[in-house]
Amino acid sequence: MRTVIQLTFGALALAGLTACGSGAAPAPASSSAPAKPGKIAVAATDTECKVAASEVAAGTTTFAITNGGAKVTEFYVYAPGDRVMAEVENIVPGLTRELIAELPAGAYETACKPGMVGKGIRNPLKVTGEHKKLTADAKLAEAVASYKRYVKSQSDTLLVKTQEFVDAVKAGKIDEAKALFPVSRTYWERIEPVAEIFGDLDPAIDGREADLAEGEEWTGFHKIEKDLWIHKDVSKSGPMADKLMADVKTIVEKANAAELTPLNLANGAKELLDEVATGKITGEEDIWSHTDLWDFAANLQGSKAAVQSLRPVLEERAPDLVKTLDEQFAAAEAALEVHRKGDGWQLHNELSKAELKTLSDAINALGEPISKIAPVVAK
Amino acid sequence: MSEATEPGRSPSVSPEDGGRVPSAASDGAGTPSATPEDGGAAGRRVSRRGLFGLGAAGAAVVGAGAVAASSLFDEQPVAHASSTSDPYPFYGQHQAGIVTPAQDRLHFVAFDVTTEKRAELVDLLQEWTAAAARLTQGKESGSFGAVGGAPEAAPDDTGEALGLPASGLTLTIGFGPSLFDDRFGLAAKRPAALADLPKFPGEQLIPEISGGDICVQACAHDPQVAVHAIRNLARIGFGRVSVRWSQLGFGRTSSTSRAQTTPRNLMGFKDGTNNMKLEDAGLLRDQLWAAAQDGSAWMAGGSYMVTRKIRMMIETWDRTSLLEQEQIIGRDKGEGAPLGKKAEFDTLDFAAKGSDGQPVIAADAHVRLAHPSFHGNAHLLRRGYNFVDGSDGLGRLDAGLFFIAYQRDPRKQFVPVQLKLAKIDPLNEYIKHVSSGLFAVPPGVRDAGDYWGRTLFE
Repeated sequence: MRTVIQLTFGALALAGLTACGSGAAPAPASSSAPAKPGKIAVAATDTECKVAASEVAAGTTTFAITNGGAKVTEFYVYAPGDRVMAEVENIVPGLTRELIAELPAGAYETACKPGMVGKGIRNPLKVTGEHKKLTADAKLAEAVASYKRYVKSQSDTLLVKTQEFVDAVKAGKIDEAKALFPVSRTYWERIEPVAEIFGDLDPAIDGREADLAEGEEWTGFHKIEKDLWIHKDVSKSGPMADKLMADVKTIVEKANAAELTPLNLANGAKELLDEVATGKITGEEDIWSHTDLWDFAANLQGSKAAVQSLRPVLEERAPDLVKTLDEQFAAAEAALEVHRKGDGWQLHNELSKAELKTLSDAINALGEPISKIAPVVAK
Repeated sequence: MSEATEPGRSPSVSPEDGGRVPSAASDGAGTPSATPEDGGAAGRRVSRRGLFGLGAAGAAVVGAGAVAASSLFDEQPVAHASSTSDPYPFYGQHQAGIVTPAQDRLHFVAFDVTTEKRAELVDLLQEWTAAAARLTQGKESGSFGAVGGAPEAAPDDTGEALGLPASGLTLTIGFGPSLFDDRFGLAAKRPAALADLPKFPGEQLIPEISGGDICVQACAHDPQVAVHAIRNLARIGFGRVSVRWSQLGFGRTSSTSRAQTTPRNLMGFKDGTNNMKLEDAGLLRDQLWAAAQDGSAWMAGGSYMVTRKIRMMIETWDRTSLLEQEQIIGRDKGEGAPLGKKAEFDTLDFAAKGSDGQPVIAADAHVRLAHPSFHGNAHLLRRGYNFVDGSDGLGRLDAGLFFIAYQRDPRKQFVPVQLKLAKIDPLNEYIKHVSSGLFAVPPGVRDAGDYWGRTLFE
């Protein structure tokens, strides 16, 4: 398994490991295999995802994704089990963005996600040629590197979306801010375990009114949430919005600089599900906006990203666990999918107790096998 | 059998682990089988308990009831544990927890099956059986236990029973009518006796705390031990079953053995004086145990359980005169003797008239309405518990009786009795049925190679 190098907005996000034999891939054995193209064009629309090649040689491949649709889109390269090998988010209509992926030989899928939802429009991608087997340590290191790439891509978008949210709040555009609130939080909730490493910042950004002690100052997303939904007045929320943006910037810097271990990933995956079980199922997270299912979905996605980063290690050491995790992730996603509404989700207060119980059962069913990952990677 | 702690082979509980639970049965795997005494003692040595209350003989069970699981003597009485800390055997012809002398505490749970795969359900029943075999002997639910696993791993036992003895824990499983649908191909196996209960007058059932695909009744002398068992079974079940409802009970309200005194329910009356008892071999054969000729061969040696959560309006009851309370019940409050008699076990005389010409035991007295002599000799084995679920927000205790009754055929036993009671029992002014459950309780697990419900699934 070699590393993937990803380019977003021309900013090089380097993985923790360098790949061996990068661009100079050996000539593929099969004469039908394509030569290494310079760039593979991807024409994305709201309904199509045309990838110019279905087979590439092992090593570095650059995709150039052009969004010809009306919806914001994303582009992914997935290894089996939807493990993200490379991704680029937030490709707005009319824009072309490049993605550099370092892919060992194997079977992959590419996906465009118009509207940034669902499984996306999938195409198979075959990668042929040589690739060296990694040692166990290198596999674990690659797992961490892979997850750090995920954190980087999510946190980049978190900055963009939080800025949009903050701008809307400061401009007094209440409806726009309300629409952006759950979207910006999505990128936050996906990587929250990393954020939690930095003690004071997490509560400053994401603290709920109920969490405060007498006399403590309340800041962050939820303070603004109350201004938007309850006070319906953000005329005095500007300084609070600026502080939120500053805190998010700080935490993004720290998150990307953080030294993570495989155990951090395993425990982070569990913690995200704990978040769902204790805060989102109950509706305590977004008590005024009731947008808990956005956070729920993001926690689930973030948990899956951490697990999938560890997948090569888990496949080697605990194949049965991988099978169970795949089944239970799919079941949890299916349970949540029932509540999709337009580009988002039903509000928490629109769900019956029976519907919430079904979600709770799905999280319990997934949480148990996820709790078995840590001892496997700690071996 | 090794007296050392179990080797940490694999964190998963397998039936083989269950097989380490003492049983005199030869498991046919070529391992020398322990004698019950030896097995019992060994069970203690690998248990969470160390050497709690080990008698001189080192016997976990005493008396003739320490039966080899494989020797299926009909009507074998259940062993009386020598103390409330001892274990009862898990393996046997019938499930423990039915005629077992009723323990003091209950944690009852009903699950809905969430998996759609029959094989997963069978796997779960096998895992549960292995865990139950261990738990009932005072061991931890998994082979690593609460503190014996890897530090990075979540412990495979939740730990709150560390250091506690077996406490007479029994775990009894039942299958509700809803399990016998098309999900697992069991529709044709639904016993006729598992017919849906009719609507009874006056009941106010809450669906969320009624029914269920599978139930587990945990009874023990220590509430922590009962809760620990249910908690660990629920955890093993995540992803395959979901807890539908559960109920804690304290203070048994029935005797199931002549060796026990008759306890009192929250109305302050002795309850279960006339209950079927484990010593009544003939009665149990006729009235308690299902037989192959009843129509469902897989249920032979099993029984049918009805549960009713009965909320008592205790505040109004407590304002009722002693005279009226005794007339409503048909027994005196102090002794529990039939009205007009002296002692608790004196025979009920329904024909006796007082000086005013009225029946001494009123025409609508509870004991008369429920008595087998008015129901074609239909008996029930009652095994209920008192409950207080906090308070109801209206300044009253949320209290009552969690009624459990076992029988051979509810259509001939519970249903006619309850229909009569629901219509004319004056006690209805003080009680309200708020939940209902009906379960086919399969026969016992014979040995470590067997599992809960095998006869249904194979």
